[in-house]
Amino acid sequence: MAQLIFEKSRMGRKGYTLPKNDVNIDINKSIDSKFLRKQDLNFPEVSELDVMRHFIELSHMNHFIEKGFYPLGSCTMKYNPKSHEALVRHPCLMDLHPNQPQESVQGALEIMFELQKDLSEIAGMAQTTLQPVAGAQGEFTGLKVIRAYHEHKGNHHKNVIILPDSAHGTNPASVALAGMKVVEIKSNSKGMVDLEALRSVVNENTAGFMLTNPNTLGLFETQIEEIAKIIHSVDGLMYMDGANFNAILGIVKPGKIGFDVMHYNIHKTLSTPHGGGGPGSGAVSVREDLVKFLPCPLVHCKDGEYYLSFENEETSIGRVHSYFGNFAINVRAYIYLKMLGGKGLREVSENAVINANYLMKKLEKTYLIPHNHTYCMHEFVASGDWQKEKCTKKNDDNTICQIKTLDIAKRLLDKGYHAPTIYFPLIVHEAIMIEPTETESKQTLDEFITAMLEINEECINNPQIVLNAPTNTPVRRVDDVKAVKELNVRYQK
Amino acid sequence: MSYISNTDKERKEMLDVIGVKNFDELISNIPDKFKLKDYLNLDEPLSELEIGKKMFNIVSKNICLNRSNAFLGGGIYDHFIPAAVDAIISRPEFMTAYTPYQAEVSQGTLQAIYEYQTLICELTGMEISNAGMYDGASAAAEAILMASRKNRLTKTLISETCNPAYIEVIKTYTKGVGIELQFIPAKNGVTDIDKLNEMMDDNTSSVLIQSPNFFGNIEDNFEIEKVVRKAKKALYLSAVDPISLAILNAPSEYNADIVIGEGQALGNKPYYGGPLFGFLASKMELSRMMPGRIVGQTTDVDGKRAYVLTLQAREQHIRRDKATSNICSNQALCTLASTVYMCLMGKKGLQEVAELSMSKAHYLAEEISKINGFSLAYTQPFFKEFVVNTTLEPDYVIQQLKEKNILPGIDLSCYGYKKQLLVTVTEKKSKIEMDSLLNALREVK
Repeated sequence: MAQLIFEKSRMGRKGYTLPKNDVNIDINKSIDSKFLRKQDLNFPEVSELDVMRHFIELSHMNHFIEKGFYPLGSCTMKYNPKSHEALVRHPCLMDLHPNQPQESVQGALEIMFELQKDLSEIAGMAQTTLQPVAGAQGEFTGLKVIRAYHEHKGNHHKNVIILPDSAHGTNPASVALAGMKVVEIKSNSKGMVDLEALRSVVNENTAGFMLTNPNTLGLFETQIEEIAKIIHSVDGLMYMDGANFNAILGIVKPGKIGFDVMHYNIHKTLSTPHGGGGPGSGAVSVREDLVKFLPCPLVHCKDGEYYLSFENEETSIGRVHSYFGNFAINVRAYIYLKMLGGKGLREVSENAVINANYLMKKLEKTYLIPHNHTYCMHEFVASGDWQKEKCTKKNDDNTICQIKTLDIAKRLLDKGYHAPTIYFPLIVHEAIMIEPTETESKQTLDEFITAMLEINEECINNPQIVLNAPTNTPVRRVDDVKAVKELNVRYQK
Repeated sequence: MSYISNTDKERKEMLDVIGVKNFDELISNIPDKFKLKDYLNLDEPLSELEIGKKMFNIVSKNICLNRSNAFLGGGIYDHFIPAAVDAIISRPEFMTAYTPYQAEVSQGTLQAIYEYQTLICELTGMEISNAGMYDGASAAAEAILMASRKNRLTKTLISETCNPAYIEVIKTYTKGVGIELQFIPAKNGVTDIDKLNEMMDDNTSSVLIQSPNFFGNIEDNFEIEKVVRKAKKALYLSAVDPISLAILNAPSEYNADIVIGEGQALGNKPYYGGPLFGFLASKMELSRMMPGRIVGQTTDVDGKRAYVLTLQAREQHIRRDKATSNICSNQALCTLASTVYMCLMGKKGLQEVAELSMSKAHYLAEEISKINGFSLAYTQPFFKEFVVNTTLEPDYVIQQLKEKNILPGIDLSCYGYKKQLLVTVTEKKSKIEMDSLLNALREVK
């Protein structure tokens, strides 16, 4: 295990240069000493080379897209083009201050305007805010818009958001943060929204329905028209979680199949890097009569001049970000869309869906696919249940040897893959959620299939190797119970 | 180009294995009337060469800070960033990795977050830091919600000297969830402590004070803290500029309960206001109420030191609507940039940055105040920003200086402060650049 940077510190060593002070001011004279820091600042004292070696050493302990396949369901870990990175590192993008006069940032505003327009076209909606910086903040923003819509009409009682039990955890958490109540309905035996269950909870308090489509099982909700009809009949609004948008780009427009509000996960669908957990971007698109509730400002254009519009300030839900969202991430998305165009986007989804179906077909005899509808969209959910059943046996010392999904996932790490998303969605037992994305080749998929089949063999013939996995990763299975019990969240000398 | 690897031949082979003739069969369950007949109405696709040219043309319409002599701050700061920061954060090992849920293959990201948490705790004097928030504004909003979860009270006092962007975002986050906001008026550019004293009572959940505040002034946190403690359960939320903490009081010195702030100044480019990141740190007793990810140190099955996401029972993927926050993705790569920056600068470097910024700001303030038509708005101690009263309209001054490629500061009229400019100085400003601003201001008629 790598030393901590603090353990590499040597007194007096430094990793920076700064110019000499060219003004003759003694700051101690301009401030009462009680405001000056008393306690020592224990930052590491290291050279630039120390810092570079340290973080390069850490970097070698990570899995990342360029190293290997990342079949994380619901996360859309596609390849992130390098041209985006090169182009976004231009001084005329990096070194722009948000309070600069608007005439000095016309290029930045043009990019934002064009992206608002393109995202609205893809969503089939009227307008898009780029302010939310993550999917969850997009959900929060969209839900606040829904609430504002009802309050604007004087319907203060409409504060219940219905969502299926297959929803991402952020969905109910965002509903709570937006000050509304969650009603969760069970999915039917096919893994789809249960219309009867939905009808039984819809009433005058229903503010809206939140749905991921395709849903978290990788299945297109075919009853979407009926669902929208039920929700709209009580003046509820339809919210689409765009986490799985990679499946339907240019195939259907959410705004044309009954949805009124949606958020993008720009960092999934539009190929911006995940950064080890962010920054992402969670743009929100809405239908025409909801535009006035979006956060201000939007970028408008008049006579070829771009400007920040605050015209909806009175009706807006307010700001969700200090400035204009994750601008640098949105620039990458803009570049992506300009490089792909309508045809390229359609190819993205076609290939994502073909790749997922190919994987499912090749694995369905070996791994249980609980909701197998013959075809899936861009991902599918398998289960470790067959392996669990087959590989439960008593050891000589009476301990039970039982293989779980977790073990299969850990064994994949040994074989150079990132594990799929596991134990989600919650409605599938021992879930293994696999999303290959469109950028992976057939060779990569074939190798992954081979690995999955090998692991199944190992489960039967050599379960210990699966139970002990991983063994060739930088660390082996970590003790997360200890991490909580002996909480250690910072280095102390 | 859509970065797809498979050839038509391979796609055909795959469709054969799946057992369909073409792609359309795979989506036959989607009602036909919903399916688009044409491609989306987007621009014709460009090659890498063409998008490069297009981007060059577009960005040429921007005037970047390096090409102008700018004194802009107000929350986003143009501090120097060593090249090593970008050399690390542009490594794909960090840039294209996912959230470190699979600890065994994410130790690099996890250890870096642990080091980040340590650095933030050192800087603020707090005992626990999370792995980062979206920006300073949302961190402030989440701190208010966190305090309310802890003491189950709702009345929240916010100083009017806080950054207006923070206040805007706080309003959005706290509306409709039972939080009652009240604003403490300002007096001579700092929080009016007498008014605060009148407003405090045992129903007060938290008090948010920013120092240095939006006007650059340093608040008397010690006096404020005494007032806050008069209320039974009230928590003291302190918003800070991380650079200032190298020389100004660590918030622990005035007994703050939760410390938040905008972290952009630590190694992140302004990028027209995003991505930013917020930091959030607190006393240990508040750890269970904290939003966001936290990394803890533990061991693996061989007893080797290892790192892992911890206290996850607070988070949305476990607790759903009962979670401490809905936050999932944060601004990880920006916090990594700040980690690399803080390591490079070390204790001495950060102190130098703070001292240079502060002394240069004081030089400029003193000289501006000697110019006819300009005076300092306040007499408070300040750090690297100060407010200048102008006899002419600030917008007029800004327009006059535009020809000389100088951006003298932020016109505060949009925040309701008439005839005031907020002027910011960092270590990047040379005396020559400041003198050129001074000369230009002298010539404004």
